[in-house]
Amino acid sequence: MLELQHISFSVPAEAGAKTEILDDINLKISERFVAITGPNGSGKSTLAKIIAGIIKPTAGRIIFDGEDITDLSITERARRGISFAFQQPVRFKGLTVKDLISLAAGEKISVATACSYLSEVGLCAKEYVNREINASLSGGELKRIEIAEILARGTKLSVFDEPEAGIDLWSFNNLIKVFEKMHEKTQGSILIISHQERILNIADKVIMVADGKIAAEGSKQEVLPMLFGTISGGCRVTEVNG
Amino acid sequence: MAALDSIKKNLLEQVAGIHEVPAGAFSLRVDGKTFATGNSENIEIVPKTDKPGIDIYIRPGTKKESLHIPVLLAQTGLKELVYNDFHIGEDCDVTIVAGCGIHNGGSDESEHSGVHSFFVGKNSRVRYIEKHYGEGDGNGRNVMNPTSVITLAEGAYMEMETAQIKGVDSTDRTTRAKLADRATLIVREKLMTHGDQVAKTYFEIDLDGKDCGTHVISRSVARDQSKQIFVSHVNGNNVCSGHTECDAIIMDGASVSAVPEILANHPDASLIHEAAIGKIAGEQLIKLMTLGLTEKEAEEQIIGGFLK
Repeated sequence: MLELQHISFSVPAEAGAKTEILDDINLKISERFVAITGPNGSGKSTLAKIIAGIIKPTAGRIIFDGEDITDLSITERARRGISFAFQQPVRFKGLTVKDLISLAAGEKISVATACSYLSEVGLCAKEYVNREINASLSGGELKRIEIAEILARGTKLSVFDEPEAGIDLWSFNNLIKVFEKMHEKTQGSILIISHQERILNIADKVIMVADGKIAAEGSKQEVLPMLFGTISGGCRVTEVNG
Repeated sequence: MAALDSIKKNLLEQVAGIHEVPAGAFSLRVDGKTFATGNSENIEIVPKTDKPGIDIYIRPGTKKESLHIPVLLAQTGLKELVYNDFHIGEDCDVTIVAGCGIHNGGSDESEHSGVHSFFVGKNSRVRYIEKHYGEGDGNGRNVMNPTSVITLAEGAYMEMETAQIKGVDSTDRTTRAKLADRATLIVREKLMTHGDQVAKTYFEIDLDGKDCGTHVISRSVARDQSKQIFVSHVNGNNVCSGHTECDAIIMDGASVSAVPEILANHPDASLIHEAAIGKIAGEQLIKLMTLGLTEKEAEEQIIGGFLK
């Protein structure tokens, strides 16, 4: 469904040198749940933004459903079926939760429909549907509203940039249920950038990014031992019987 | 009563949200003359004899009633200055819908200036809504200069909502208020200017009474080459609270100025002013584009929400 071919992204550094954020990334994503993980600053969020069209790669092509979308705008990619949930949701003065869910759904929706999406992310819908997306909402509330918008979009590919941040009051189990339900409905792929072991555990494929390169790719059984080895500084985590 | 033509019906729809002469008390002014008026049991409208305008008397204890006083101008080059005085008795709860619509199809300047004086009795609640709208296919300018003079008695509460979204080339709005003990004044102003429009808003609020308070919220969008000037003076002369908030989105080659003054003449006066001017945040546009909107559509949504 989604293929990244030789994707690189660099920014100019001092004295004419370049800093490589991403270096020749090649990926195919067609599984149900795909998780991208890796240390902070490894380039994960940049990769997600390149898929959504927010950042243009300095080299490489992006193929979505057989079409080269490298030169398409954010809007055109969204309309072709790519959704993106921000790591830090954006606030708006005046726009309400219902306004944003309606825009996400692409049509005027009833209060009841908006409420059903909010209930799925564990928000008491009546209290939220007419709230403004402004500073009165907490980071965790905004994250869940962001997920409700992606549910309302129901696209073939949904990209979540660290969805677990700030949702500790809710639970990971619920978040995972939302992802499962989303897949049931869209039959598409869900790409999740995450550090959370419990989220990585549900992934059909785990991709580890380090220093702008793919350090490992495979099933969670293959990648997770390496991953936790890397993060804990070379100390491999092994399961001990008994 | 003569019927309104389609241009005037549209103006009426724009400024008052109604198609015909409304039920209840009303005064409809068209092209510089009183077109029709109607009293209700509790609201009496009396034309002034010494100058253009009306006196409106609302009987004490009048509850859940509304009054419509729209003004329509469709004759190019007409200039008028009208005085409307609202005498609102004690313990009332009323809604007043005012507004002015100008259709200027010619090349001369049309102008409506209204001076509205409100005398709000003890413990009364008033909601005052005023919309300004201009249109025209000629190149004559539409000018509106409204003045509101508000006197709130003990325990009175007034909410004033003003909106000017389209078609007014020049506006100079003045609002002066004096508040007695426990009185409250809430002002919500919404303004959008485009082209070469100029809009000036001036507030002078005297918080004279014990435990009185005001909250002034101004939200505006300045597009193209338009100019906006916001000036507010809130004077805390007693134990009181005052809050003004001026929030503007600036676009294109527009200019916005915010000049707040808060003056405390009493140690227990609590006064706050907030002012922010800035363009639409890039991340807001990007967020809405990820939902499938074009940049232009995203901009319209953000402005529409901001001025809602």
